[in-house]
Amino acid sequence: MAERVALIDYGAGNLHSVHNALKAAGAASIAVTDDPAVVRAADRIVLPGVGAFAACMGGLSALPGMIDALEARVLGDKVPFLGICVGMQLLADRGLEHGTQQGLGWIGGEVRPMEATATIKVPHMGWNDVAPVAGAPLIEPGEAYFLHSYHFVAADGADVAAVTDHGSPVTAAVARGNILGVQFHPEKSQAYGLGLLRRFLDWTLP
Amino acid sequence: MSVRVRVIPCLDVANGRVVKGVNFVDLKDAGDPVEQARAYDAAGADELCFLDISASHEARGTIIDVVRRTAEVCFMPVTVGGGVRSPEDARALLLAGADKVAINSAAVARPALVGDIAERFGSQCVVASIDARRRTDGEGWEIFTHGGRKATGIDAIEHALNLTRLGAGELLVTSMDRDGTRDGYDLELIRTIADQVDIPVVASGGVGHIGHLVDGVTQGHASAVLAASIFHFGEATIADAHRALAAAGLPARSH
Repeated sequence: MAERVALIDYGAGNLHSVHNALKAAGAASIAVTDDPAVVRAADRIVLPGVGAFAACMGGLSALPGMIDALEARVLGDKVPFLGICVGMQLLADRGLEHGTQQGLGWIGGEVRPMEATATIKVPHMGWNDVAPVAGAPLIEPGEAYFLHSYHFVAADGADVAAVTDHGSPVTAAVARGNILGVQFHPEKSQAYGLGLLRRFLDWTLP
Repeated sequence: MSVRVRVIPCLDVANGRVVKGVNFVDLKDAGDPVEQARAYDAAGADELCFLDISASHEARGTIIDVVRRTAEVCFMPVTVGGGVRSPEDARALLLAGADKVAINSAAVARPALVGDIAERFGSQCVVASIDARRRTDGEGWEIFTHGGRKATGIDAIEHALNLTRLGAGELLVTSMDRDGTRDGYDLELIRTIADQVDIPVVASGGVGHIGHLVDGVTQGHASAVLAASIFHFGEATIADAHRALAAAGLPARSH
């Protein structure tokens, strides 16, 4: 039986693009779902996200039982998890967008605004380097498409899996065990992005 | 390296078919938009822009279908402009697979629309698109609508700054004096805006050769460069553009 990939539908916008990209990367069975029961039976879980941290966290919290199901399956059963863009930022303890909002708190840290300067534009928009740290899971060095105004500042540097540069180092990915979050958009990063999704679909944990 | 200068081919679409005006109002059919989008995706375009220039409201639905079909086969960011008049219009395009929507005439009539869409879907997906002409007395630029035919009296720089304050995530600045001329961007217009805003500016209108793209960044201070005919008619490839930018010492994607 084909593996079941749950793609969480909580009104966060880029769902169809992620769905199309997972299909192109070879996912055989993708459930686009807002049903906690489907999440509890999933073999892999993808949390997309665009827009504001608070709106996304609000959308996720508004699905009865969804956060509990995610925590049971990801933190408890340790199935492979991928968060994309705001779906990655939600892993933090809190976001500082429009006041302070609680995040999932799976990976310690804060999501803070990026500072524009005379030469650094915000949003950080476009293709930039992805430089994995030694031992980072799934991430290969390359160029990916970023589109964000806030960035993940990890409490423990050991959770940072890759960095990019936008005036100063910016977290491009965080990882801990079976959890991977990427700030960039693999679904919009052509061959590099599809490669990452393919590796995620093949990810087997020790 | 830092964030790359984006090279963005723009496809004008009417009634679901690609067209490109050599002089903006003279249109020439150049094929199926999804096929062209695939070709640009394969060629390593950094983003793609669809501009819907369908005349009638009924024909507007065709762009949704183009975007949906493109998103199934292309894995690059897509901006869609033309006829976006409400948050509902923006939503339909975003759901179909657009990453950003460009708002032009409707933001001239009601600038607050930019804020309405940014609030619902995030600033990152709102491109404020500005069509400007140099004033005849040479003092600054004025906003034009209706494909550059209708003057509004609105100062282009003030309008750009206002839409930025209201929550635009990016500005697409087109010189209607230069559009279709192949004489190069209006670099003073682009630079005047780019130097006053924190958000990225896309230079548009007038590219005749690859060197103009480089000028858009080195002299116009743009973060991204948009062009149509030089790419559509095969005079230059995306890789040529990236190589020229890199040769000028600018960050560009490798091939």
